[in-house]
Amino acid sequence: MAWWLPVIWAGLIAVAVLAYVLLDGFDLGVGILFAVEHDAEDRDVMVNTIAPVWDGNETWLVLGGGGLFAVFPMAYAIVMPAFYPAVIAMLLALVFRGVAFEFRFRAARPSSRAWWDRAFLGGSAIAAFCQGTILGGLLQGVKVAGGQYAGGWFDWLSPFTLLCGVAVVAGYALLGATWLIWRTEGVLQASARRRAHGLGIAVLALIVAVSLWTPLLNPVFARRWFGFPGILLTSPVPVLVALAAWGFWRGLARRSDVLPFLCVVAWFVLSYAGLGISVWPMMVPPSVTIWQAAAPVSSQLFLLVGAVVLVPVILAYTGFAYWVFRGKVKAGAHYH
Amino acid sequence: MALAILLARAQFAFTVGFHIVLPAFSIGLASYLAVLEALFLATGRAVYLDVFNYWLRIFAVVFAMGVVSGLVMSYEFGTNWSVFAEKAGPVIGPLMGYEVLTAFFLEAGFLGVMLFGMKRVGPGLHFTATCIVALGTLISAFWILSVNSWMQTPAGFTISPHGRFLPADWWAIVFNPSFPYRLVHMVLASYLSVACAVGAVGAFHLRRDRQSQAARVMFSMAMWMAAIVAPLQVIAGDQQGLNTLRYQPAKVAAMEGDFRTVAGTSLKLFGLPDMRAGRTEAAIAIPHLGALILTHEWNGTVRGLDSFPRRIWPPAPWVFWSFRIMVALGFAMVGLGWWSLWERARGRLFASVWLSRAAVAMGPAGFLAVLAGWTTTEVGRQPFTVYGLLLTSQSASPIGTPGVAVSFAAIAAVYLIVFGVGIRYILRQMRRPPDIGERGPEAGVPVRSAGLTPAAALGVPLLGAPPLGVPPVAGE
Ligand code: HDD
Ligand code: HEM
Ligand code: HEM
Repeated sequence: MAWWLPVIWAGLIAVAVLAYVLLDGFDLGVGILFAVEHDAEDRDVMVNTIAPVWDGNETWLVLGGGGLFAVFPMAYAIVMPAFYPAVIAMLLALVFRGVAFEFRFRAARPSSRAWWDRAFLGGSAIAAFCQGTILGGLLQGVKVAGGQYAGGWFDWLSPFTLLCGVAVVAGYALLGATWLIWRTEGVLQASARRRAHGLGIAVLALIVAVSLWTPLLNPVFARRWFGFPGILLTSPVPVLVALAAWGFWRGLARRSDVLPFLCVVAWFVLSYAGLGISVWPMMVPPSVTIWQAAAPVSSQLFLLVGAVVLVPVILAYTGFAYWVFRGKVKAGAHYH
Repeated sequence: MALAILLARAQFAFTVGFHIVLPAFSIGLASYLAVLEALFLATGRAVYLDVFNYWLRIFAVVFAMGVVSGLVMSYEFGTNWSVFAEKAGPVIGPLMGYEVLTAFFLEAGFLGVMLFGMKRVGPGLHFTATCIVALGTLISAFWILSVNSWMQTPAGFTISPHGRFLPADWWAIVFNPSFPYRLVHMVLASYLSVACAVGAVGAFHLRRDRQSQAARVMFSMAMWMAAIVAPLQVIAGDQQGLNTLRYQPAKVAAMEGDFRTVAGTSLKLFGLPDMRAGRTEAAIAIPHLGALILTHEWNGTVRGLDSFPRRIWPPAPWVFWSFRIMVALGFAMVGLGWWSLWERARGRLFASVWLSRAAVAMGPAGFLAVLAGWTTTEVGRQPFTVYGLLLTSQSASPIGTPGVAVSFAAIAAVYLIVFGVGIRYILRQMRRPPDIGERGPEAGVPVRSAGLTPAAALGVPLLGAPPLGVPPVAGE
């Protein structure tokens, strides 16, 4: 029991974080694409594709943080101080992003509306970048002594983490573009398709770069990926990524609505699984395992009961909310 | 390190102070919206729909701000109070986990339907969504207040050799001794805050147009609420005070400005508590009343701060004054509510100029009382984060002064800009008369965009005529 519970919880939190990355990923991606889509009407349609669902998407981030706090309090207590500036910057960026949904429609003057559009873009891009650097910083390793963070302010800042930050920004933008292909039509959809093409190449290159760099960070990662029996698990990953890439470009070429989005989701899931293979069973690489970081059995069990019952219910009504707002979002037609 | 802790405390107080006003607003407003929609569905009177749409737009802004400020809170335990998080996480973490699972997802899942979904789901399902969002806000209050109450009156745990709190009895943890009182008091506070705000907006528009049906509905409903709930709140507050006396007597001593333990304690209406001298200067006091309220005996004894070691004294002036502000506002609300009953009985509810002036003046009273009440509670818990067990000075993250200072400055700047603008948008919305606005998009907004954007389209009735067969004409 004491051995299995942290494993189950690590899995659940990993799924919550993945759900966050995919769901808020396309929200943030749509925000990032404000950088290239300037037409006011297009921007309204873009925002309307995500307005009814973004709050639920962001809640997965609260679940990830809250779950870590509840079940791996030691990891939570190490990671937050370790990434202090990045976490604060991410939260403040999300503040701007979150209120911009409402505020941009309430601005009385075009100039203040333009300001909130910039806040939406900036908030989305900075939040994505910070998430990438935090991820990279975790891979790179966190200095721990006596169960507390023992490094400096900017240990997390390095060429590798900057690369990860850029990769996540590009990845989210791609998710956002393929989401728009799915949910919009006409000129905006065509434009999203063009962007997806270029972004797809960039993201694939970044995935390869990060994947090649990661094993160099830590000999354990290298052994995992290239030693036996790890290689049995890891070798399909690049193959599947290539397969998804084939589907992605085929989907773009055949003007499929959903295929490009699904293939990008597959890239994210595969990259995430690759990370999992590298890091397992560390909660905070390179030294804190999930068992060391875990809360007492009673805390884990108490919350697990709720999670087992409630997560399916949450998925059901979240699915319902998406279903209510299904279909193409048209300029001129709307939700109300 | 002392400065770093002071800054971390100030930062937490600042962020939670912004946050708490927003949930208080949305807890009360969500319930109010559910009542309005129910009234509309039951009676078919379009005026309820007008009022519903009017406040729904404000709700959307308040809710968005509540969510983003809450997101900051949930990570702040780790960034600024990591030692506290590590030690108390096993006990309070799961409660906050339940808040996410039972409340936040529920609110977020149905908020979209509530705000944008009318045409898609029809009135019955839309009403269900509104009720679910309202329920979600109450569930959220349940869990977070359980967490906070546990920090005030910890129960149901053991302490490990490393000083970690280990859960022993979940029922005792969730329903810790101060929790039921705090939950009742806070939910009533949210309802009163919204009653004050709605009453002020109604009164403001009544003063321009005495015949406005929507303004009359707002004002009348709000005044009923104040007349009934404000006295209940005084009773709930009194009960909570007795509970605090039992479990946190030093806090009550600070609230009352009692430094010395005497029989037949007086009630101080005014005074300047001086921690160094250990006295309350310039006190204006009513003899024996303090003893009467707190012990229900003429000559009862209430322990003063002198019966506690000085190092666990909470900062008395803060606690003393914030408590008085809250209580004064509470009695002012009772006064407003009862005055409205009197005018109502005379048939002058909508005609009395002074009553509506007073209601406008009391608009922010609920939010101010909430802030004052929380200051009493939290500052009165000092110098502990977990009362009697974990010192605030031993709870902080290993983050130096520059880090906390810079992050505080950044947070303060962002909050003042973002929430300042948000409050401006809300006030602007409140200045708009309800009747005319609810029939169509705002003047000056291009018609084209009304069809494109959630907010602009919120300008037309969400529960439009077609599905219900009721013409969306305001007034009668
Ligand atoms: C509209 C808001 C409002 C109003 C009118 C009142 N309160 Fe209050 N009070 C709160 C809103 C509030 C609050 C913000 O909700 C607090 C902070 C923590 C809590 O549980 O409730 C609170 C805390 C609080 C506490 C602190 C308990 C503790 O720290 O353990 C006491 C003793 C009272 N209240 C008593 C009263 C009395 C005697 C009132 C009547 C005159 C009163 N309150 C009116
Ligand atoms: C919601 C309204 C709340 C307000 C307005 C509020 C206000 C405050 C204030 C003023 C302080 C600083 C106290 C001081 O002078 O040192 C503080 C500290 C703190 N509060 Fe609250 N608080 C609220 C709710 C909560 C809740 C619900 C929790 C826990 C779940 C909480 C946890 C803390 C912690 C951890 C600190 C820092 C340590 C300390 O100084 O005590 N607060 N809060
Ligand atoms: C008495 C104190 C508190 C009450 C009653 C309360 C209640 C609420 C409510 C009703 C919401 C839903 C959003 C809204 O209605 O605006 C909310 C949002 C939130 N609160 Fe608080 N809260 C309190 C204090 C705190 C504290 C101290 C934290 C930090 C741990 C916190 C964390 C959050 C988070 C993360 C959200 C966003 C949830 C989402 O994404 O939907 N709250 N809170």
